Amino acid sequence: MSGFNNSAILSRRRLLGMGTVGVGGLLLAGCDKINANPALRSILQGADDLHYPLQRGMLGRDTLAREFSPAQMSPVFRTNGNVTADTDAYRAHVADNFARWTLTVDGLVKTPLALPLAALMAMPQRSQITRHDCVEGWSAIGKWQGPQLGGILAMAGLLPAARYAVFHCADNFGTTPYYESIDLIEAFHPQSILAWRMNDQPLSVGHGAPIRLRVERQLGYKQAKYVMRVELRDTLAGLYGGKGGFWEDSTGYQWYAGI
Amino acid sequence: MANGEMVMEPDSMPEALLAGIPVGGDRVRRHRLSTRLWHWLNAMTVTIMLMSGLMIFNAHPRLYWGQYGANPDTPWLEIGNAGGHGVLRIGSLALNTGMVLGLTRRPDGSLHATAFPGWMTIPTSYSLSDARMWHLAFALVLVAALLAYLVRSVINGHIRRDLAMRRGEWAPAHLWADIKQHALLRFPTGLAALKYNPLQKIAYGAVLFVMLPLVIATGTALSPGMDARLHWLVDVLGGRQSARSVHFLCAAGLVGFFAVHIAMVLLAGPINEVRSMITGWYVLPKERRAKAPAPGEEIAA
Repeated sequence: MSGFNNSAILSRRRLLGMGTVGVGGLLLAGCDKINANPALRSILQGADDLHYPLQRGMLGRDTLAREFSPAQMSPVFRTNGNVTADTDAYRAHVADNFARWTLTVDGLVKTPLALPLAALMAMPQRSQITRHDCVEGWSAIGKWQGPQLGGILAMAGLLPAARYAVFHCADNFGTTPYYESIDLIEAFHPQSILAWRMNDQPLSVGHGAPIRLRVERQLGYKQAKYVMRVELRDTLAGLYGGKGGFWEDSTGYQWYAGI
Repeated sequence: MANGEMVMEPDSMPEALLAGIPVGGDRVRRHRLSTRLWHWLNAMTVTIMLMSGLMIFNAHPRLYWGQYGANPDTPWLEIGNAGGHGVLRIGSLALNTGMVLGLTRRPDGSLHATAFPGWMTIPTSYSLSDARMWHLAFALVLVAALLAYLVRSVINGHIRRDLAMRRGEWAPAHLWADIKQHALLRFPTGLAALKYNPLQKIAYGAVLFVMLPLVIATGTALSPGMDARLHWLVDVLGGRQSARSVHFLCAAGLVGFFAVHIAMVLLAGPINEVRSMITGWYVLPKERRAKAPAPGEEIAA
């Protein structure tokens, strides 16, 4: 009697075990199917998009990212992404130390600007020791210095329709130029600077010379290097892939990179 | 034995039956709807979070302590490969992980360098952006479901009545007795099976009040946006890279809970246990003395 019961239980267990493995396999296959399903992807991406209004609701406009002391800086700040802009025009700028380089500010502005590096250096400066968080998971703490982006945009004067600042860069991935974009809250944030100095040295080519955008409340891919032009736009549609950045277009990283 | 019927057996206690107190063999309500809903929603969510999280880990399979941590810095944990096999490094310890962690063989036989293999991750092949798509969407489900369940469980008394440890239950002698009962696989029977035992309460409490809140807090601390709002949170956790390490350890803790939880369900009677978490109805295990052979029945070897 009890022998019969035991074998019944065992076979039930075995059945359940097989069921678990089967369900596991189905789940895996199912996840990859769902992962490839456009309708379900758009639901997941819609949920991801909620983080932007959620964080905007929780974060004050000017809430500052944590700043660190010099003793807390990374001994070595690694480079990543492109470590140079592989064009003749960029190489020429490097050769004459960016003496003829200018930053273009245009689009939905009252006065388009062409600012030489010396002009950016002469503007009021902000210096900050902040943490750079790569989407991959690593962090490095470094010191950045440059004029506030808000001050430059105020010089140009924004037209009422302007909603995004787009950063056009000198570097390419294959034939696709790097670009990034942020909303105006982030653009006028006190810590949003165009850094031409890093760790008390002129910004190196590896880290984005002559200037790199610092948007301290977002992930590393927003920190555009080799910035050549700031374009003010009312929409991101119609620009390259339309998602507001190189990685957003090419691999689907979230446009709002606060998470 | 027909469930739900009050069948008079020679070994059952007539006075208990008369008082309407359920005894072993009776079908009773065990889990509330809120508990059942949250249990399955959370099981699915945690599974997705874990599998997509392992893929995110694959993007940088190293863990650090402190505010910063990147390739030039020293990790306390790293999954890589060397000499044709996977290697898990923890501090100065290097473990050969064969073809499971760090290096796997694809179905076509080719070698693939990846910290966690495709069968553990969402999606199966490397995609940090797709893994983030899943992870960040279900993070919202995880938080909303846990909050709703905790609020509901405070209101309906589930936490106070079922999960809170009674005064005597923390007593070492009481805990030790419970550990012995578990080790001997002697699970509570009859009415006692309706209540969580101390080890169960500690395990469920650890998940509900420690591991899940901590995995959410450390996940939040990984967001540079939220960090601007919550400097204190990152500082309490010892920095963003410490938060990332604790996030990973919490996930490992949840896997550990899952393994023990499944083992206990299987040992305690999987059909009855799983049914009670789906329908709410549970058949109380018979009192042990009721298992004595009925008159005329022979004792099986």
